[in-house]
Amino acid sequence: MSIRDLPIPDLFERAVEGDRRALGRLLTHIERENEHAAPIAELAHPLAGTGHVVGITGAPGSGKSTLTGQLVKLLGELGLRAAVLAVDPSSPLTGGAILGDRVRMEDVASPETFIRSMATRGHQGGLALAVPGVVRVLNACGYNPVLIETVGVGQVEVDVAGTADTTVVVATPGMGDGVQANKAGLLELADLFVVNKADRPGANDVRRDLDLMLDLSHATGQDQRTGLRPEIIMTSALTGEGAPEMWEAIERHRAAITANGQLEQRRRDRDVVEVRNRLLVAAERRVDELLSAESHADLLDRVAARSVAPATASSEIAQQLH
Amino acid sequence: MSDDPIRVVLAKLGFDGHDRGIKVVARILRDAGMEVIYLGLRQSYANVVNAVEQEDADAVGLSMHNASHLTLAPKMVEALAAADLDVPVIVGGIIPDEDVQPLADKGVAAILGPGASAEEVAAAVRSAVAQRAG
Ligand SMILES: Nc1nc2c(ncn2[C@@H]2O[C@H](COP(=O)(O)OP(=O)(O)O)[C@@H](O)[C@H]2O)c(=O)[nH]1
Ligand SMILES: [Mg+2]
Repeated sequence: MSIRDLPIPDLFERAVEGDRRALGRLLTHIERENEHAAPIAELAHPLAGTGHVVGITGAPGSGKSTLTGQLVKLLGELGLRAAVLAVDPSSPLTGGAILGDRVRMEDVASPETFIRSMATRGHQGGLALAVPGVVRVLNACGYNPVLIETVGVGQVEVDVAGTADTTVVVATPGMGDGVQANKAGLLELADLFVVNKADRPGANDVRRDLDLMLDLSHATGQDQRTGLRPEIIMTSALTGEGAPEMWEAIERHRAAITANGQLEQRRRDRDVVEVRNRLLVAAERRVDELLSAESHADLLDRVAARSVAPATASSEIAQQLH
Repeated sequence: MSDDPIRVVLAKLGFDGHDRGIKVVARILRDAGMEVIYLGLRQSYANVVNAVEQEDADAVGLSMHNASHLTLAPKMVEALAAADLDVPVIVGGIIPDEDVQPLADKGVAAILGPGASAEEVAAAVRSAVAQRAG
């Protein structure tokens, strides 16, 4: 029997036992948010939630994939079974995407590493639904930690940072990255900074800029949520230099937020946010349904003809919102 | 669910050196609305099989620009079958006419020459995927 025809519980069992093809298939269902997604989440949720989720974000070309590959290699040597979720933007025009992160990761990581590439697509509810869904299944299948790579732009990072226990922001010399990070709001998201390409001139300047910016942005240099000041680690992903220090800093962050109760709080908040996001998607769907209903065409025409105000029309339609 | 994008693993096997052609194909497929999992140069069969499994890809595209296509492409087909992966292999590159039939006989789903238009490339991938799925 082809794996595509297996019932979901069998597919899930296989994935948990280590069948990567079955896992690949499960992730497709999650990503498509199709009719199998909810039953899969139901199976995975009780087994997931304890793994460490690390977000790695920063400008294109800053070396995130190479660095992630180095990290995965190191984790393998430490006896940990890491998985990677690499998110790249879809073309808004065609919906297509070129997902090229495996190239750099495979330069360093072992071929057994589970790497999944994901395009941002026009996901309903954004990546805020797809990413936690994928992480949940990876976790349930025994992958820990899960590393999520994303390009540092806007909502995607916010969604991913919402899913991660520890968010690493990658900066590089020569790009005015400190300033860029600040503009993009990445400073607030960072639990840890990495200055990659430390083999290049100017790396120490980036470090100093980031340090200064931390001094300016928090009176104490400490994050309001955690009471921690983000560390700054220097790496050179081409050689792997600094990767062990990076992992140690990630672990220190996790230990600190475990000790002060933040981790538990973040996870609880995250689950509530996911429920909320799902409700919002469902509500939006319902609203669109109501708006395209034949019975409201007349009302909407009257809004267009300026005889009914939008507010009046919406409260009228809202009465059917349940 | 037919509006879910087709996912294609794109690779160049063996030691054949430049990546201009494969990059052009990557952009063609992206512009046709597909998701291209780009593996680039010097890939092994095992790497491609791994990527197809983990990415749950719908097709494999191979870019070939040397005389080894007659052995490499059928071996890729075999490696996928051995891993129980039912995905079509599409070959693009400079393939002499007399090699087309032998490759088809060995399970290569479609062969595209250097003169193929963007539309032809995308259409070949689409129909190869549709045939497997159906
Ligand atoms: N000199 C130098 N180059 C690097 C380093 N890390 C990555 N690169 C190069 O930077 C380019 C982009 O790397 P990649 O990992 O794809 O960056 P991403 O877009 O952030 O994922 C590649 O050519 C890498 O080889 C580093 O530490 N030093
Ligand atoms: Mg990358």
